[in-house]
Amino acid sequence: MRCRRHGGLTANTRVRVAVYIAASALYVLGILVWGLKMPESAYGVDYSMKLMAPGAGHIFGTDFMGRDMLCRCVKGLSTSISIAALAAGVSSVIALAAGIAAAVSGGKTDSFINWCIDLCMGIPHLILLILISFMLGRGTTGVTVAVALTHWPELARVVRAEVLQIRSAPYVQAAYKMGRTKGQVAWGHMIPHVLPVWMVGVVLLFPHAIMHEASITFLGFGLPAEEPAIGVILSESMQYISTGKWWLALFPGLLLLAAVMLFDVIGENLKKLMDPGSAQE
Amino acid sequence: MCPCNVEKGKRGVSVQQDEILEARKISFGYRERQILRDVSFIISPGERAALVGPSGCGKSTLAKILAGYLKPSGGAALWGGEPLPSGGYCPVQMIQQHPEAAVDPRWKMERILKEGGMPAPDVLQAMGIEREWLTRWPSELSGGELQRFCIARVLREETRFLICDEISTMLDAITQAQVWHSLLAMSEGYGFGMLVITHNIELAKQVCDRILEWKDLTS
Amino acid sequence: MKILELNDITVSFRMYERRFRKRELEVLHRLSLSVREGEIVAVAGSSGSGKSILAHAVLGLLPGNAVLSGEMYYMGNPLGEKDKERLRGREIAFIPQSVDYLDPLMKTGRQVQGTRGTKERQRQLFQEYDLGEEAEELYPFQLSGGMARRALLAAAEMEEARLVVADEPTPGLSREMAREALGHFRALADKGCGVLLISHDIDIALAVADKVAIFYAGTIVETAFAKDFQGEGMLRHPYSKAFFAALPQNGFRPTRGSQPYAGRLPDGCVFADRCPARSELCAGEIPMRPLRGGEVKCVHAT
Repeated sequence: MRCRRHGGLTANTRVRVAVYIAASALYVLGILVWGLKMPESAYGVDYSMKLMAPGAGHIFGTDFMGRDMLCRCVKGLSTSISIAALAAGVSSVIALAAGIAAAVSGGKTDSFINWCIDLCMGIPHLILLILISFMLGRGTTGVTVAVALTHWPELARVVRAEVLQIRSAPYVQAAYKMGRTKGQVAWGHMIPHVLPVWMVGVVLLFPHAIMHEASITFLGFGLPAEEPAIGVILSESMQYISTGKWWLALFPGLLLLAAVMLFDVIGENLKKLMDPGSAQE
Repeated sequence: MCPCNVEKGKRGVSVQQDEILEARKISFGYRERQILRDVSFIISPGERAALVGPSGCGKSTLAKILAGYLKPSGGAALWGGEPLPSGGYCPVQMIQQHPEAAVDPRWKMERILKEGGMPAPDVLQAMGIEREWLTRWPSELSGGELQRFCIARVLREETRFLICDEISTMLDAITQAQVWHSLLAMSEGYGFGMLVITHNIELAKQVCDRILEWKDLTS
Repeated sequence: MKILELNDITVSFRMYERRFRKRELEVLHRLSLSVREGEIVAVAGSSGSGKSILAHAVLGLLPGNAVLSGEMYYMGNPLGEKDKERLRGREIAFIPQSVDYLDPLMKTGRQVQGTRGTKERQRQLFQEYDLGEEAEELYPFQLSGGMARRALLAAAEMEEARLVVADEPTPGLSREMAREALGHFRALADKGCGVLLISHDIDIALAVADKVAIFYAGTIVETAFAKDFQGEGMLRHPYSKAFFAALPQNGFRPTRGSQPYAGRLPDGCVFADRCPARSELCAGEIPMRPLRGGEVKCVHAT
């Protein structure tokens, strides 16, 4: 005779949340696919079209080599999202494994993982990224590895806290007493418990990863200058801003901002949809 | 009066002398708040003992120590003279007061039931578990129905001792009687010993051979 | 004089299944109950069956997705949501399960005084409720469960409550503690207060209450005097009789079947599928009717 504790979000709110998620995902996926399918000729050099202001042919304008800015931006952002996806994939797996291992094993393993987390979080993130990227000789490999390896600590902490919460749950203790091994309990009880939180964490990782990739590329420690990348575009645009070529910085900036914010929208709304705690709204 | 008037140690399956549950000078607590102090008793193989005392006195803590869920700060819980095994299926099992907390809310009932291995087919029938319940989620069953599952999943050969910590306190009288009748019938068959923890002396008289009063254990 | 009167109270919750599908889940079904001046009425039934919902409905503490219908009267006047808000904590006091309802940041003495009490009166009440002077200076988390309950009772009396609603005043009271609680509730009732005591423990309910309302499947099937529980024959409803026979001290005899679920309550009598006296009459709507000084929701009861 007990009530099912499902969220109390009204049907309207639920549908709205779902629409937000779908729209944001569409934008982000659209950019990714468009960028991946784009032939190199789309943003080819054409000196006859140098530094043209936004207009009919080129709605984002062109740069100092006459390349179409819209196509460069989309291609660049698409690269950023790909790198972020890889980074989020790697980081989230590390976070899940480390978080669960820390909470299930306890003792020395827990201390060691916590120490790693503190170590990573103790160094300013950007400096850590630059160090790793520099060590690996910059370029695509450098930036990808750097972004992938530095985004797990916070998520690992969240996962660890979630697991600690249910480690002492009677059903977990009973499972051990019924002869289940640590691995079986982690797989059967703990992973399903942390999965919703973890998924939201993964989505929220994207904006960080995108921003960080753009930042270190901007600073010159990331993708090489010949690649179309948001960081490269923005750093080039700095030279032209004082001469009134505003479109070189504005449109890439807005596109990046939109992508980052929409990932945030997806994450926050997923959280609402999955968390019965934010119920009575 | 007792529906199960069978002599000690003569129930169904033969019992062995290494199936003795012993609390040896068990203490638990922190410096300023000592919950248990030097609690000792022995329960013979196949015996059904009740532990009766007021709520909040530490009975549940003792149950958790005896079942190996908690480590005592002094003394030991012994099974056949040895500490409980740390891995594998534990011969001493415990059923707790709140069945809702003892099942994973993300698992369907069938999976919950089989967590410790396949239960014998007659167990389901004896515990009054209906086939239809197996495909439900825990949140779709009542406390009484969930408690039947919690009991059924430990009713097996490997369970040699069962600690029941206020298992029917949250149930209405009819369900309480149903659950106990089934559980006692099954325990006859398997021949395991039991420690029944309750605040209800009438219930203790109905289901047990011997009654341990909390105040006698702790003084 | 009836302090609280409930007629055909129905409470349902709007719920979502599979994320988007909506449905209504009825948890209280046409429940009728009254509490008179100087009377302790216990509502007994299994835990998780919706008894607490009843307390929350009376106090106006139902969550936003609950729908309440039926008639509610306080001292003869209709009791609406606004009235509940005005009376709550003053004329209608709530003794909840946990101490969470005491302000954790306010010392107990100050809290019991409330807005209208005086220091002297509070001292006097503390003495009456066996709370030492040191309890005044303690914060709620420093109180034991029993002390917190006494502090809440003292606060109820300070505000001169006419109706006290107690929801499982302490989970799993021992006989001794029940007797202590009995004394306090009795004293309140003797001063003209009505007490609605909700408990899953029938022994406690019987020890404390004048009348016992038997709660089954979202409704009250019978209101009996506590003394009726001396024998099966004195009870009115078949469920009450089955319940009585299942108590360990009365034979420990179970009845087959189980309670219907909220949301799947049958039309007509909720106990019909387990009842030995079932007939065609049981399928219709069963009203609560007076019988031998109590009330019963059964067409066959005599």
